Amino acid sequence: MEDLKAPSIDYAAVAPILILFGAACLGVVVEAFVPRRARHAVQLTLALLATLAGLVVVITQASTRVTTAVGALAIDGPAVFLQGAILVLALVSLLLMGERKLEPGGAFVPQAAITVGSEADERQAARAPGLTEVYPISLFAIAGMLLFVAANDLLTMFIALEVFSLPLYLLCALARRRRLLSQEAALKYFLLGSYASAFFLFGVALVYGFVGAVDLASIHTAAAESDRDPLLLYAGLALLSIGLLFKTAAVPFHVWTPDVYQGAPTPVTAFMAACTKVAAFGALLRVLYVGFNGLSWDFTPILGVVAVLTMIIGAVLAVTQTDIKRLLAYSSIANAGYLLVGVLASGERGLASTMFYLVAYGFSVLAAFAVVTLVRDADGEAGHLSRWAGLGRRSPLIAGLFTFILLAFAGIPLTSGFISKFAVFAAAMEGGQTWLVIAGVISSIVLAFPYLRVVVMMWLSDPSDATPTVSVPGVLTTAALAIGVAMTLLLGVAPSLLLDLTTGAAEFVQ
Amino acid sequence: MSFSPYVPIVALFVLGALFALFSVSIAPIVGPKRYNRAKLDAYECGIEPTPQPVGGGRFPVKFYLTAMLFIVFDIETIFLYPWAVSFDALGLFGLVEMVLFIGTVFIAYAYVWRRGGLNWD
Repeated sequence: MEDLKAPSIDYAAVAPILILFGAACLGVVVEAFVPRRARHAVQLTLALLATLAGLVVVITQASTRVTTAVGALAIDGPAVFLQGAILVLALVSLLLMGERKLEPGGAFVPQAAITVGSEADERQAARAPGLTEVYPISLFAIAGMLLFVAANDLLTMFIALEVFSLPLYLLCALARRRRLLSQEAALKYFLLGSYASAFFLFGVALVYGFVGAVDLASIHTAAAESDRDPLLLYAGLALLSIGLLFKTAAVPFHVWTPDVYQGAPTPVTAFMAACTKVAAFGALLRVLYVGFNGLSWDFTPILGVVAVLTMIIGAVLAVTQTDIKRLLAYSSIANAGYLLVGVLASGERGLASTMFYLVAYGFSVLAAFAVVTLVRDADGEAGHLSRWAGLGRRSPLIAGLFTFILLAFAGIPLTSGFISKFAVFAAAMEGGQTWLVIAGVISSIVLAFPYLRVVVMMWLSDPSDATPTVSVPGVLTTAALAIGVAMTLLLGVAPSLLLDLTTGAAEFVQ
Repeated sequence: MSFSPYVPIVALFVLGALFALFSVSIAPIVGPKRYNRAKLDAYECGIEPTPQPVGGGRFPVKFYLTAMLFIVFDIETIFLYPWAVSFDALGLFGLVEMVLFIGTVFIAYAYVWRRGGLNWD
């Protein structure tokens, strides 16, 4: 019998992914054998160490530009940069998840299977320590995201999509408070998410029908050289885009976002808003820039309309929101629109500015949700905006930090929000997409209104009895908040640190 | 382009449709009609769907856990068979991969065991 040749794998290049997967499996073992009392500390340490180790390895791989595992993975500039971004943002999200000072037992439910509102549920709501499975589940999600941004063929990409989506669906259902809302969010996310995955898979099938292969390099060649009727290729790209745009929360595939962001435990919402965005845009960039760049004349107008709709609808609906988490969700939708402008700017500038935007937005949004976890009353987080009135008088420090983050979202100079918007708009102007920039600037003006309304409410209203107290954050939340705010400021004052990095990384290998 | 390869498929569809039509239309005519309580129930196995206890109630997840565990081992077997058949050709790399794969399956198994998923009561 002839010996099969084992695929050659560059283990150094895929080491970050392997570390995260290994740590996730180890986390399950910890869950099985470590006594309940010690689990939280062990799991949190393991998760933080694994993410840190992954980050260190990614940094040592900074100059790697290879495809490996028979072309299934491309560890190139954007992959390494985005993997690093995901790991840094995930590290901060893990800090938020690990916080147990704000609420006895943490933000997660002790036993998710207990019926909501039953006696056992009331007993567990009071004090019982939360699930520690969230850490291995998060590690699986992070590993899937690392794989997603490096996937160089569509099937690997699909597997990675599922690997990071399934843990996210689970995490959404695990809130300690308002459990029905949380379970509803998870179910909605799961149903719509699997629907979007099916679109993605069907798109893969159609593209395979045209190309006869699923790797992006072959797709690129076939799109350029084949003289067959390209209908299959166009239909395939359209379906693929639906699957990816769903994860990025672009209009008209955004309807899940506010409900899921509101229902999910706030640390998980922060994790999704920061890391899932990076992963989804990473994959979208690779598909459009490597596989289908020959078709950019055809898809740019259509995705341009999606980008304009995303920016306008996200901004307009943000104005009408009365819940802080829903407001941030619509803001996240509008930001997906700005990111799409960067994607459509095409070329190295577009790629670099989109990657910069992803990191800058990720840090700001993590800090914003960290503040949301702090403002609470007896029933948990005080989500309704009217409750935030007069917060500036009660706790000027937290209100001040939140004001700074909101101004960054609004794109005020000296914050990372200004630099990142400027970068994507400049790239789009250079790429000849002036109409996108005009829509972007208009929607930014609209979007500034809800942010400023919150700022005005916090500082210019008198505190009433209904104004919640700001809990004293534990060391973990303090660290997460400090990192988020510091990076928002740093990237606004000295953006060249990161801009140079993104420019150096802005080239795909095939 | 000849459509002849598709003729048997069309014939199969026609036969299938005819069989379904025949069965559905003949059953009420020739079948005995002895109604009782059980026959009017919804056809379900496992948990009684109605009446539901107040507030949704609790229902046992034992069957579900067993089924999940079965699927885990089922998938393991599906991978083990082709691996065993071409064990010689795959060599050391195949062995290492399979040990890793079985390792991850056993991690899941250990988790189920330690968390009491194997206790029936």
